[in-house]
Amino acid sequence: MAAQDHEWILRFGDDALVLAQRLSEWCSHGPALEEDIALSNIALDLLGQARALLTLAGQREGRGRDEDALAYFRTDREYRNALLVELPNGHFGDTIVRQMLFDQFAVLRYEALANQTVDRELAAIASKALKEVRYHAAHSAQWVVRLGDGTEESHQRAQASLDVLWSYTAELFEDDAVSQACSDAGVMPLNAGFEASWTAQVEAILSEATLSCPESSALHTGGRNGRHTEHLSYMLAEMQVLPRTYPGAAW
Amino acid sequence: MSAPKAEWPLWEVFVRSRQGLSHKHVGSLHAADATMAISNARDVYTRRQEGTSIWVVKAEDITASSPSDKDVLFDPANDKVYRHPTFYDLPDEVKNM
Repeated sequence: MAAQDHEWILRFGDDALVLAQRLSEWCSHGPALEEDIALSNIALDLLGQARALLTLAGQREGRGRDEDALAYFRTDREYRNALLVELPNGHFGDTIVRQMLFDQFAVLRYEALANQTVDRELAAIASKALKEVRYHAAHSAQWVVRLGDGTEESHQRAQASLDVLWSYTAELFEDDAVSQACSDAGVMPLNAGFEASWTAQVEAILSEATLSCPESSALHTGGRNGRHTEHLSYMLAEMQVLPRTYPGAAW
Repeated sequence: MSAPKAEWPLWEVFVRSRQGLSHKHVGSLHAADATMAISNARDVYTRRQEGTSIWVVKAEDITASSPSDKDVLFDPANDKVYRHPTFYDLPDEVKNM
């Protein structure tokens, strides 16, 4: 077990938690009743993954913090999610393109955890989550193809979403001392190892969607060290207001 | 491609439950095509473990009997109780009847 594995698990859990919160904003605002429920289901899947991961991160950290302490009583600077998942939902095309870019990464990361990790608790969480994220990946890929290869307007809007969001994807494959330590301990392969598979999968989806892969431009990074966009603190303010105002509140 | 329709077509959804031997009609939904209909049916009708298999059928492809034909179609069966297999003694060895 690596000394820094709680930090690594926290990054992983925060990706799921922040995206769950973002997607749940679609509840009752979806473009159709059916898609509204689909996005809410995905949000709930991600929330379930976040709960398991944050609980585990809290146990490994050994400072007595449970999932609620980690979710509700950290500031944005203490969150470790990638910037991609905290971006505002934008229109449906923005949400779907972001979801596709993230889902493809999530599948690879959970596959590696389910099959390769020496950490049995993480492997158990990953095996369960893998079925969920494979469905998410199929759902978002299907929609990217529909939007990209749909009408002229949907194509243009999907391409515009992709052009913006693309610059947030490189962060997913960054490594540092934490991920290196976890890799050395056999907990998790380096993030960089996912990039080739991810690129191949995403390019295949974009090709079917008749969308063009943007050139790498200015890359946004910093989420893993707590340097976030301004959007995260607004999101957390809404998510955390109740437990911070009434600590220990219960139904 | 053809001009997009204002609304997605309606699909009827049939789900086979865990113990069920046949698919049962559970409701309807809107979807652009069959693939999306299956996907939507999964999210709308099986999120509480209701099923293990889904069929979707375009509502417009279903031919229904006319309510006005109800008397002609169904009333003649009313006095033909001998069509029910209730007059036989079933051996105990026979299960699943």
